[in-house]
Amino acid sequence: MYDAMMAETIRFTGHGGDLIEGYLARPLGPGPSGAVVVIHHMPGYDAETKEITRTFAVHGYLALCPNLYYREAPGASPDDAAAAARAQGGVPDERLVGDVGGAAAYLRAMPVSNGKVGVIGYCSGGRQSFLAAASLPLDAAVDCYGAFIVGTPPEGIPLKVGPIVHLARDLSCPLLGLFGADDQHPSPDQVAELDKALIEAGKEHEFHSYEGAGHAFFAVNRPAYRPEAAMDGWQKIWDFYGRHLAG
Amino acid sequence: MCTYLTEKLDVEGSGKGTAGWFTLSQATVYLDHPQHAPAEHTLNIDFLNPQQGPSARVAVELTAQSARALAAAIESALASAPPGLV
Repeated sequence: MYDAMMAETIRFTGHGGDLIEGYLARPLGPGPSGAVVVIHHMPGYDAETKEITRTFAVHGYLALCPNLYYREAPGASPDDAAAAARAQGGVPDERLVGDVGGAAAYLRAMPVSNGKVGVIGYCSGGRQSFLAAASLPLDAAVDCYGAFIVGTPPEGIPLKVGPIVHLARDLSCPLLGLFGADDQHPSPDQVAELDKALIEAGKEHEFHSYEGAGHAFFAVNRPAYRPEAAMDGWQKIWDFYGRHLAG
Repeated sequence: MCTYLTEKLDVEGSGKGTAGWFTLSQATVYLDHPQHAPAEHTLNIDFLNPQQGPSARVAVELTAQSARALAAAIESALASAPPGLV
């Protein structure tokens, strides 16, 4: 099997017509290929998220990870950029939707695209994946332990996030949710509330909660990493995207 | 979890970052996932000068116990200073 791929930093048009940075990974075969927009976690556009992006290309998908903090910190190291973005209140929802929409358009326009685009996000990106799927025409969405889809954030937080569970009715595509049973953001009760809202809205979805895992169990460079949950989670992702994005 | 909680304060002083010394204007304090420390959550402090860009930053990630000990040591050092010095 021909398995060559390449990965590189590109510029593409994001929210408001801004030219922003992204990390593109793609198989070099003839296609046609499905595509994935990868939404990085709150600690930023880091080496581990780029590795995740390359993993999608290894599995046959075009994958683009927008640097959501590019405007605040062009050229800065990912940790400095994350600190700057955090201090300024994080990524506004409207800008997130514009950037993911721009990334999806870039992927669809690639000659080897099959026209299908999914989204996946981790941590704060899990909420943003749900938000993108409720705001844009997409083909599959994955929410990895996104906090504050359900539940009001604590008072006084500087980030511009609020609950968005009411957007469940606007979801444009099937949703896969991967959660840690020990996580408190989102808590098991909040995951159950989101599940209920999606059932009521008649939206196709499947949720998996892993015992012994908390927040960020996919993060290989952190103590929160739980190999069994992460490996099973990856299998769930390949199965889900295989049904909705491949071919 | 990502706590999202951030205390922000204005500070006066200097810090030494990767490009050398710079003037500080702001500090942020938050309990969240560390970038580097081998713990699930740490008390993180960023000493910043946003006018000089995101890289004008001195960062520390401390366990809660270390952070409390540091806070007490700062208070202790200030309290034991000779009268009129601070």
